[in-house]
Amino acid sequence: MNVLFSLVSVMNSAAPQTAAGGSSFLDTLAGIGKKLLELLNPGSPKEISETLNYFIFGENDFGRNALIVGVLVALCSSLLGVTLVLKRFSFIGDGLSHAAFGAMSVAAVMGLANQRMLLILPVTILTAVLLLRPRKNAKIAGDAGLAMISVGALGIGYLLMNLFPPKSGNVSADVCSTLFGSQSILTLKTFDVWLCIIMSVVVVIWFVLCYNRIFAVTFDEVFSSATGMRANFYNMLIAVITAIIIVLAMNLVGSLLISALVVFPALSAMRVFKSFRSVVICSACVSVLNTTAGILFAMLKSTPVGSTIVVFDLLVFFLFSIAGKIMRKQ
Amino acid sequence: MAQLTCENLTLGYEGRNVIENLNFTVNAGDYLCIVGENGAGKSTLIKALLGLKAPTAGKVLYGDGLKKNEIGYLPQQTQVQKDFPASVREIVRTGCLSRGTWSPFYSKSTKAYAEKQMERMGITQLAGRCYRELSGGQQQRVLLARALCATERMILLDEPVAGLDPKVTQEMYELIEGLNKEGITVIMVSHDVGAAVRYATHILHVSKSHMFFGTKEDYLKSDIGRTFTGEGGENE
Repeated sequence: MNVLFSLVSVMNSAAPQTAAGGSSFLDTLAGIGKKLLELLNPGSPKEISETLNYFIFGENDFGRNALIVGVLVALCSSLLGVTLVLKRFSFIGDGLSHAAFGAMSVAAVMGLANQRMLLILPVTILTAVLLLRPRKNAKIAGDAGLAMISVGALGIGYLLMNLFPPKSGNVSADVCSTLFGSQSILTLKTFDVWLCIIMSVVVVIWFVLCYNRIFAVTFDEVFSSATGMRANFYNMLIAVITAIIIVLAMNLVGSLLISALVVFPALSAMRVFKSFRSVVICSACVSVLNTTAGILFAMLKSTPVGSTIVVFDLLVFFLFSIAGKIMRKQ
Repeated sequence: MAQLTCENLTLGYEGRNVIENLNFTVNAGDYLCIVGENGAGKSTLIKALLGLKAPTAGKVLYGDGLKKNEIGYLPQQTQVQKDFPASVREIVRTGCLSRGTWSPFYSKSTKAYAEKQMERMGITQLAGRCYRELSGGQQQRVLLARALCATERMILLDEPVAGLDPKVTQEMYELIEGLNKEGITVIMVSHDVGAAVRYATHILHVSKSHMFFGTKEDYLKSDIGRTFTGEGGENE
């Protein structure tokens, strides 16, 4: 589905030129090429510094806020990402983000602006707990349940947004920015920024304190429970923290692209590094660097923040894959 | 008092009993082999012994200084572990997490203890290596070292030689025998009845039709034992 969407958007962006000139497919290709060159052209150092100055040190602190939130969210999501990928929970992040989208539209309908986090956070956490609770006689298998929740929340969310349009009146813009993040990160509210800082500090402290136990539970749940560790409790904690990170990350990349933040840094690090600790550290570094680079690039070229970060993540993943292959051959 | 006692143990899922009225005891220094067909309830029994599954009826009692979470467990390999990025040292140390401290980090003495167990299993030179790149036999040694970190009294091995080649299988059995001679109680679940009667002191045969528990000598004389060992050679 996601692939389809990007195809459609490429076609849309190319379409106006075709219609205007009545020109051929080649012209369309040339148009795309021109756009790409434009994006890759760094511009003069003066331009760069002026733009960045405007965003980061300007009167409005939105560029600064975006960077703070971006780095923190990237750090948290990559720390947990390693565990989620290894536990085969990657899609939990995706499902939860859809649930968060549902909650977000309910919040929008109810007219909650600043306090919307206070609704979205509990709903997402609850979903996480429901999804990961230990079940003996599940009637619906884990992945099917996840698919049900995520599509259900997405559908209900979109329906609500249409039935009770927000005051801005532009439903599709609102939905689009919730799903893909768009520029909303550049207009973060101070409340959101503080919430993000506090939550990130909590997540990082929790991760450092529980590091050994998280590793044990991730590597071998049965052994951990057999030697007296409450593996289910830790699983639940992981689920709750995942939910928190997802909600925080929604501001940054939008709910459809969150999985990228969770999955890519961990996968990249796993191509190259061979111990759990080095994988965690590397994935945190990769994630923070990519996000920073993505945000700066988005400021310079006014591209959507979320998808820019995802493209950076993807590129780094390929680089690491190649590096891993070369290292294995030696 | 015995280290482990099962009294009229009944185990099952959703009202269907897999094991009924099982009685046996394990004393310190015993080498018990649990054999039986697939689906006879061996893995359910393991879960009950580890305290991961509550019995439908009856009891599992721990004694002689053994606590429930002091059984060193060697599980079968899971799919997740096959491509898990972790060093041998990291894995072995997790065995020490049960040593009762609430400290989030490993103490010096804990680390030293883990090193000692690796030395015992002859994997000190592998400590920095990545688990997923080791051979099957080496991986089993790593998991055994982890199990030893969690216990000084009893280890429970679930099919420890599954998927190993004959030479490594032999080495594994000798390693386990060595641990038993050092005084560690061994409970081993196995398909390999031949090895069971070669190394074990006691045999527990789990089967739908009839159970057997007793010493190896009695097992070889019993009807069920003779059927399964093919009177002294063939495996099941």
